[in-house]
Amino acid sequence: MSLKSFSRGGVHPAEHKLSSGNAIQVLPPPEVVVIPVSQHLGAPSKVMVNRGDEVIVGQLIAQSEGFVSTNIHSSVSGKVLKVDNFSDSSGYRRMAVQIQVEGDQWIDTIDRSDDLVKNTVLTSEDIRKKILDAGIVGLGGATFPTHVKLMVPKGKKAEYLIVNGVECEPYLTSDHALMMEKSDELLAGIHLMMKGLGVEKAILGIENNKPDAIQKMQKMTEGTSVRVQGLKVKYPQGGEKQLVQALLKREVPSGGLPIDVGVVVFNVGTVYAAYDAVMKNRPLIDRIVTVTGKSLSNPSNFQVRIGTPVSYLVEKAGGLPEDTAKVINGGPMMGKALSSLDVPVVKGSSGILLIREQEARRKEVQPCIRCTRCVGVCPMGLEPYLLMTLAEKGMYERLEQEKVMDCIECGSCSYTCPSARPLLDYIRLGKAEVGKIMRTRKAV
Amino acid sequence: MSQIILFTIGTLVTIGAAAAIILYFVAQKFKVFEDPRIDEVEEALPAANCGGCGFPGCRNFAETLVKSDTWDGLFCPVGGNETMAKAAAILGKEAIEQAPRVAVIRCHGTPEFRPRFNEYDGTPTCVIIHNLYTGEGGCPHGCLGEGDCVVVCDFDAIHMDPVTDLPVVVDDKCTACGACVEACPRDIIELRKKNKKDRKIFVSCINEEKGAVAKKNCSVACIGCSKCFKVCPYEAITMNNNLAFIDSDKCKLCRKCVVECPTNAIHEILFPPRKTDKTEPVEAETKIGD
Repeated sequence: MSLKSFSRGGVHPAEHKLSSGNAIQVLPPPEVVVIPVSQHLGAPSKVMVNRGDEVIVGQLIAQSEGFVSTNIHSSVSGKVLKVDNFSDSSGYRRMAVQIQVEGDQWIDTIDRSDDLVKNTVLTSEDIRKKILDAGIVGLGGATFPTHVKLMVPKGKKAEYLIVNGVECEPYLTSDHALMMEKSDELLAGIHLMMKGLGVEKAILGIENNKPDAIQKMQKMTEGTSVRVQGLKVKYPQGGEKQLVQALLKREVPSGGLPIDVGVVVFNVGTVYAAYDAVMKNRPLIDRIVTVTGKSLSNPSNFQVRIGTPVSYLVEKAGGLPEDTAKVINGGPMMGKALSSLDVPVVKGSSGILLIREQEARRKEVQPCIRCTRCVGVCPMGLEPYLLMTLAEKGMYERLEQEKVMDCIECGSCSYTCPSARPLLDYIRLGKAEVGKIMRTRKAV
Repeated sequence: MSQIILFTIGTLVTIGAAAAIILYFVAQKFKVFEDPRIDEVEEALPAANCGGCGFPGCRNFAETLVKSDTWDGLFCPVGGNETMAKAAAILGKEAIEQAPRVAVIRCHGTPEFRPRFNEYDGTPTCVIIHNLYTGEGGCPHGCLGEGDCVVVCDFDAIHMDPVTDLPVVVDDKCTACGACVEACPRDIIELRKKNKKDRKIFVSCINEEKGAVAKKNCSVACIGCSKCFKVCPYEAITMNNNLAFIDSDKCKLCRKCVVECPTNAIHEILFPPRKTDKTEPVEAETKIGD
């Protein structure tokens, strides 16, 4: 089989998939969970419970506010301790519901059996409705509400469903574990999503460093309308625009979405969650999180309830090693360092990575030597050195002209820079400022 | 030989004269009238080009001064009333007097009061840290200590204190141009009325979180207890979102609130030491910056 890849830029960091091949371990709920009401892109949800209320697993605790927003369900059964502001992964305090766990009682409508349910009489509208109710968001990390993606805007037509099993971030293995263990459900989920979107063709893209997953999925999809495509290992292949380009040679226009070229992309985790939601009536109350690090005694793939504190996960994976200098929420390329271990796992948490002292330090920043390596590796064809300088000088109009908003924040530029310049830090700042300017312009 | 020289000189003089005549008429035809007073006013301005008036430079401000009938909201903070009076004299207009102001740092989260529980080793710029997370101390409103305000100051009036990790304003040099206020991503810096002998009383905290939360991160945070608000005889203190604010225009510097504050969040600066009589607690001595 020939391997494909996206054509522009990209890097290949060391993979370090320490927890690959480890089975998914289902963790029991912790003693206390904190469930933030803003775990997705879009408007924060409206809290539906009060202090002292008894809740059970799967009960709606925060309702979607607007079109781009989602429902949030209780991931445990117990008593609501507080509805207050709690520190999120950035340390800033945002609205969340704190629940004291008592027992593990689930809502009756949830089918908790492992039986595979394949055939459905549901229409695409029913599927979308169920996904909306279950609060499914993109589990690859961007947490964009899934029901919004399923609504193809008027005048556009979805032709392909692309399922993202790339997992290009080093260290992370949760999607790999999912494809190996839940492949039947995943396949059923893919067919559901195809029905929801009304498309005939689906492609599952998997990077070549997971040959077992490629083989397994290929065998299972033989004779169906789902095609499995192996991909060369290259970061950031899991970005939707890169994946569309790699699989179909279609270029998503600047500022556009994959639907502009007739494609909708979902992560394998999202598809699996959608299967659970539609076939088992199970809202998004847990997710698979990789807990990994070179000094960690048991790098693992955990299935944990949303709202579980990170410290609980680290403890279950063998405890915090002494030489840990940084704890990263996400992968090493796009993840952000945590300032506290008390923050909860949210819908977008794909991994917890512990980095050792000797690897954690940033190198000393040197002047730009105009080597243009950052330009060469940028998968969006931007000029990171220029964007950084413009952001530093506050030249936001020029920054907008240079298409700073196309940046997917993959960090390939910072990774490759021989002068260790903080390119992405400044580009992110520039994006934030340009975003503000664009919003005020829209409002006027 | 001399003929060639003479011929050359003659030709050049003729071309020069012809060009001068053409240029004279062109200049007459396309003359742009510029009010000579703009130059005069610009001369009177401090030529700092700091942007404190809200215009890109002194020249633009001078133009606006000449064109505007009323000078509402037009003020050069660097030159102050003196400069505005000079400009007014040139133009025969009336200057609106403004009380001189000075930048004040409304955070006192030194490592002693606001323990740092993590270490940041990324780009040393406040604005980037602010976009990333709450900072090395837990307070989401506190000073990040990387000195974005120092970098933008054109007058060398602000510098970082390596011990407290907080910026310090040199009152004599500060022109209240507002560059630091703009630069601070946490809006900690405020321009307040300048008092006699540079004395000032202000709440050195902008944390609007609930008292218990604020206090957990920083022992000198304003906890919104309203004690100062109750004791103030001049109604200069307002309470908003768990935070006290002292209006520098109404404050008469009586210092009653300073003693009242349970977390020492209200600072008095450059006051003589209090007479320690029995009713007043001893801790109410001059606190910082003196």
